[in-house]
Amino acid sequence: MSKLFSEKTKQVFLGPLSKNNPITVQVLGICSALAVTANLKPALVMSLSVIIIVAFSNVIISLLRNTIPNRIRIIVQLVVVAALVTIVSEILKAFAYDVSVQLSVYIGLIITNCILMGRLEAFAMANKPWESFVDGLGNGIGYAVILIIVGFFRELLGAGSLMGYKVIPQSFYDAGYMNNGLMMMPPMALILVACIIWVHRAKNKDLQEK
Amino acid sequence: MDTNKNSYTLIYAAVMVIVIALMLAFVSSALKDKQNANVELDKKKQLLSSLQINLDGQDAVALYEKYIVKEIVINSKAEVLSEGKGAAFKLDYIKEIAKKLEDRKLPVYIANVDGQTKYIIALRGAGLWGPIWGYLALNEDKNTVFGTNFSHASETPGLGANIVDAPFKNQFIGKHILNDKQEFVSIAVMKTGNKAEGQEQIDAIAGGTITSKGVEKMLLDCLSQYDEFYKNGGAK
Repeated sequence: MSKLFSEKTKQVFLGPLSKNNPITVQVLGICSALAVTANLKPALVMSLSVIIIVAFSNVIISLLRNTIPNRIRIIVQLVVVAALVTIVSEILKAFAYDVSVQLSVYIGLIITNCILMGRLEAFAMANKPWESFVDGLGNGIGYAVILIIVGFFRELLGAGSLMGYKVIPQSFYDAGYMNNGLMMMPPMALILVACIIWVHRAKNKDLQEK
Repeated sequence: MDTNKNSYTLIYAAVMVIVIALMLAFVSSALKDKQNANVELDKKKQLLSSLQINLDGQDAVALYEKYIVKEIVINSKAEVLSEGKGAAFKLDYIKEIAKKLEDRKLPVYIANVDGQTKYIIALRGAGLWGPIWGYLALNEDKNTVFGTNFSHASETPGLGANIVDAPFKNQFIGKHILNDKQEFVSIAVMKTGNKAEGQEQIDAIAGGTITSKGVEKMLLDCLSQYDEFYKNGGAK
């Protein structure tokens, strides 16, 4: 067991949560972060789908890494990711139809999410399955955290609700409070992500460029 | 083993594709029934929503049983071809509208809302990026719009996709599809400030012109199929 949770594995898992976050530091997967965060629920489902897909495609590629012909390795990676994404999308259609309608094209677009190709190419091709799995989980969760923070603020300030339930009481509206329509627009997600990056860099001085 | 040989690469690619294809085929067939059930449930929700029924937290299947009292299938001469539970619901409307007008089977859902009869007519057309569809509920006079519901496959979020939202679709409520002489004229979707000749109109979506025009064409094409149905008082 000690080998499973060695110092290195811990680093692999914790790195992407903060110092090496895929969105705020590597700036990958931004397009989906903008598209699905207008409400908290699709952001959650998207996060979960990406965590599962990164982790498992990392494991599969890592298992195959010594057999994959070098010349077609990107194609093999894409096929594995595409197959997993299709399976997740079919499962959503069967068990969470409303969400799958809401996410529509974005689930398909996970295939082109840079985080996936990045992790497969940079990590899974050179590491053992367990470490790759942990790396996938770490990056997936690192992505999820940002999506959920952005989704939380956009839905709260843009629609006055969370997970579809009204949280801002009617008396606020009666007193003149208004939802911020800009929050529902994609550019606001970019501004929020930028704010997160700002706070993140202010706290971690070593991330700041000279 | 040399993984850079051409033959190895070829065989690797072939085996990979076959294995993945089998796996996907298996998943798809295993989940088919459940997905179809979801699609049907969604269709029931769309139909109910055209009757302006609030579905929040309600059992759509039970509401459907309660409100939709009769389903009929008619032809373009308004002759009833078949009726009964599921007659209209199971009809493949996409296939029907591809046929010649005389051969088409047209679904009509007859609903009873608070003691009043409503007729729901199915719509299908093209938006900017893909198909759009919906349902339009008429009052007992087969002229006044009681409510509508629109759906789309891939219209632009924030622009064309806004046809599903209340501000757009509620504009139809109370409009008439026939003119003073009881002739079918449909409803126009016009840019704000423009006036349609001889028919009633609603405002198009700013920035969603092609989708808005798609809705207009869909209304004209699909509603005109039922022309006889409006005239003769229809099938009771």
